[in-house]
Amino acid sequence: MREIIIDCLLVFAVGGGFCVIAQLLIDYTKITPARILVTYVVAGVILTAVGIYEPLVKLAGCGATTPLTGFGYSLARGVEYAVRDKGLIGALTGGLSGTAGGITAAMTCGFIAALVFNGKPKA
Amino acid sequence: MNLDAKTYQKYANAYAKKSPSPKNCIAAFLVGGSICLLAEGLYRLYLHLGVAEAAVRILTPVTIIVLTALATGFGVFDCLAKAAGAGTLVPISGFANAVTAPAIDNKAEGMIMGVGAKMFIIAGPVIVYGTLASVVWGVIYYFLHMRGIV
Repeated sequence: MREIIIDCLLVFAVGGGFCVIAQLLIDYTKITPARILVTYVVAGVILTAVGIYEPLVKLAGCGATTPLTGFGYSLARGVEYAVRDKGLIGALTGGLSGTAGGITAAMTCGFIAALVFNGKPKA
Repeated sequence: MNLDAKTYQKYANAYAKKSPSPKNCIAAFLVGGSICLLAEGLYRLYLHLGVAEAAVRILTPVTIIVLTALATGFGVFDCLAKAAGAGTLVPISGFANAVTAPAIDNKAEGMIMGVGAKMFIIAGPVIVYGTLASVVWGVIYYFLHMRGIV
């Protein structure tokens, strides 16, 4: 029981921490949210490449995989797996293979939502 | 409104200063942390239900994406995002919302150039630069792997 509570605190702290960093960037540098998302994904790839992100995922689970840096982690992990499996061509296929589920789910949900819901009239 | 660059900057700054950072940060921390905790709960629940770990890894973010699409459709996500700032932006919910919201809002422009194209207005760059970074890492990884370093 105690272990579960500690795990949950770690998930919360790491996940929340990523959000705080982004909030500080937004408030103090006027960086746009779109740039934050791009920066986070690329940062996730780099942090995985240098070997920092994997230990963080082991430590904080979904606290590390749910933020957009986790999307970068999936890209990097996918490409590593594909390169080991298929050689250099894996560099072209691995990234999107590793993230195909998330991207396809977002597209599918976005499409269905567009069919079902009506947008707000533009102000 | 007709504004030159300077006046616009003043106008924009007046609004920018209104965001009190400590309060924003606490909100972002609490909401962002909660979304991650929800994901962790789902992850453990799926494992507990006997779903294979490889599938759980995909199913967990997919569940958050579905929930976000619903919240976006019903207009709840916008309210939460206003209060939470980066707390809803940074988790996968931000990506899902960036796909769903423009898809819904640009329905009037048609299924191709409206829904199909606008869906990627933010997600597009995210996917492009993320994938490019993964290609670079893949090439480096290939040579490291060949030399037996990784």
